[in-house]
Amino acid sequence: MLAYALRRLLLAVPLLIGITFVSFLVIHLAPGDPVEIQTGDMSQQHSAQAYKALQELYGLDQPLHVRYWNWLSRIVRLDFGRSFAPHGRPVITMIAERLPITLLLNVVELLIIVALAVPIGVLSATRQYSTFDKITTIFVFVGFATPDFWLALLLMILFGVQLGWLPISGLRSLNWEYLTFWQQQWDFLSHLVLPILVATFGGLAGFSRYMRQSMLEVVRQDYIQSARAKGLAERVVIGKHALRNAMLPIVTILGLSLPGLIGGSVIVEWIFAIPGMGQLMVQAAFERDYPVLMGNLVIVSSLTLFANLMADLAYSLVDPRIRVGRRRR
Amino acid sequence: MRDFWRALSRNRLAVIGGVVVAVLGLLAVLAPAIAPSDPNRPDVRKILDSPSSRHLLGTDQLGRDVLSRMLFGARVSLAVGFVSVGIAATIGILLGSAAGYHGGMVDAAIMRVVDLMLVFPRFFLLLAVLAFLKPSIWTIMAVIGLTGWMGVARLVRAEFLALKEREFVLWSQSVGASAFRIIWRHILPNAMAPVLVAMTLGIPAAILTESGLSFLGLGVQPPHATWGNILNEGKDAIELAWWLSVYPGIAILVTVLSYNLLGEGIRDALDPRLRQRAGRVVSRGR
Repeated sequence: MLAYALRRLLLAVPLLIGITFVSFLVIHLAPGDPVEIQTGDMSQQHSAQAYKALQELYGLDQPLHVRYWNWLSRIVRLDFGRSFAPHGRPVITMIAERLPITLLLNVVELLIIVALAVPIGVLSATRQYSTFDKITTIFVFVGFATPDFWLALLLMILFGVQLGWLPISGLRSLNWEYLTFWQQQWDFLSHLVLPILVATFGGLAGFSRYMRQSMLEVVRQDYIQSARAKGLAERVVIGKHALRNAMLPIVTILGLSLPGLIGGSVIVEWIFAIPGMGQLMVQAAFERDYPVLMGNLVIVSSLTLFANLMADLAYSLVDPRIRVGRRRR
Repeated sequence: MRDFWRALSRNRLAVIGGVVVAVLGLLAVLAPAIAPSDPNRPDVRKILDSPSSRHLLGTDQLGRDVLSRMLFGARVSLAVGFVSVGIAATIGILLGSAAGYHGGMVDAAIMRVVDLMLVFPRFFLLLAVLAFLKPSIWTIMAVIGLTGWMGVARLVRAEFLALKEREFVLWSQSVGASAFRIIWRHILPNAMAPVLVAMTLGIPAAILTESGLSFLGLGVQPPHATWGNILNEGKDAIELAWWLSVYPGIAILVTVLSYNLLGEGIRDALDPRLRQRAGRVVSRGR
């Protein structure tokens, strides 16, 4: 177990370096450089001077590998530089502020999806081809095919504008400071309703189909037949024996979803103006905010790598075949 | 082969999906001929007209006919879907077959690259790249394709690892056929089944990605029409012109749904068949 963990950790190191390498390359190989963009609007004589000054400031007059090394040695100290935006805040601070929000959004979404998908999958499997099964299948397929930004738009119109029941942007109302503590909590929650609704609608499909599939396979197993032959109530057969075994692939899928916890909510964040990492990325892409783009990419990818690692380790804990299988080869 | 078609045609949802896919393809190809108006011609007398007999889906803020724009948008979306999946499949097949056939260092190296690319959340990577490139249809196609080949590579590699040990490979090797020939003529045709499924399911994913990017404003740029574009421009006029926010979304939904149904149908039709066929797989060509 420990050997497996150590091996995975060691494998992760070159991947981390690879992340920084690709992030650096992706942005520096692009045509046009950031200084040009900033000085583009100035008059001719000023722009030439400003260009040179900015180049030196950002160290852009040095060769590529030197820049990479400089950048790399700074980011191991978690110094991702400052944003190009007028406020010039440190990138790492901007990201640190937004990470908990993205995580909150995605974790809650994942929990709701699992909570809904398991019963839907189980019921669909035990009542295969019934009306319930057919309806949920259609519902789930449609949910998967719906573009999240479109659904968000429609829900915003319906709930936000026409009915006025729910807020449609940000995390707090404008009168936040004037609310009582409980009103503040309620306000926060109501801001989360629409984004989470949109996010879960699409994600439910994969999970519930998987659960249904897994349950269908399990129910056909011999031990289920012997449980029934023993005279156990159907509810116990399904609820205890079948379910427990059908849950195993769910752990796999949960593991696969872990990376999505960080990088999966870009559009939802953007359209609902939730200040998370996804929204930051879109904004930075519009503004061509170099340092933020690079920093965000590196951090998000590293966190995804970390999540993958955790998922693998957890999975090897659950399924001993993983550990043994490796050693035998 | 016959079993496959029979199994597929029995799946009603897949057939519906297939029919819709074909209809959409036809509409897209025939767009220039059947569009009622020029999709890019503004007409200030007709700004934000609601759907009427003259303009079946209404007009947008510049007075352009929405139906025409959506027909041409279908061309863009389908083109992006097909080309980017084509690029992804090509890269994936090349790398996957190399990794699966040669094994050893080549395999390890390629799999490392796959792992690395998989670590980046797709949208973040796309945003980072698109921030610096001039957004156009071609860059979108290339970028979506270049970030989506990893799944195919893994599938192909898995198939190759299984098929590599078969007799027909050993026979070919013993008569001195080159690696390329063995891969291309013998193993690859037998490995294509899961790749086909992946490609059919990859098209709707690419379409969703492209429309998402266009909606954000980083995809296909106006005045070129694409469904995501129309939604983006329409969202500012939601209260005045609901049709701009409804129809393109429906179009995306129907397209993605049909391709998904078709893809799942193909997967189901191939799956148990594949298990039966496994004993009878014979290499084609000599």
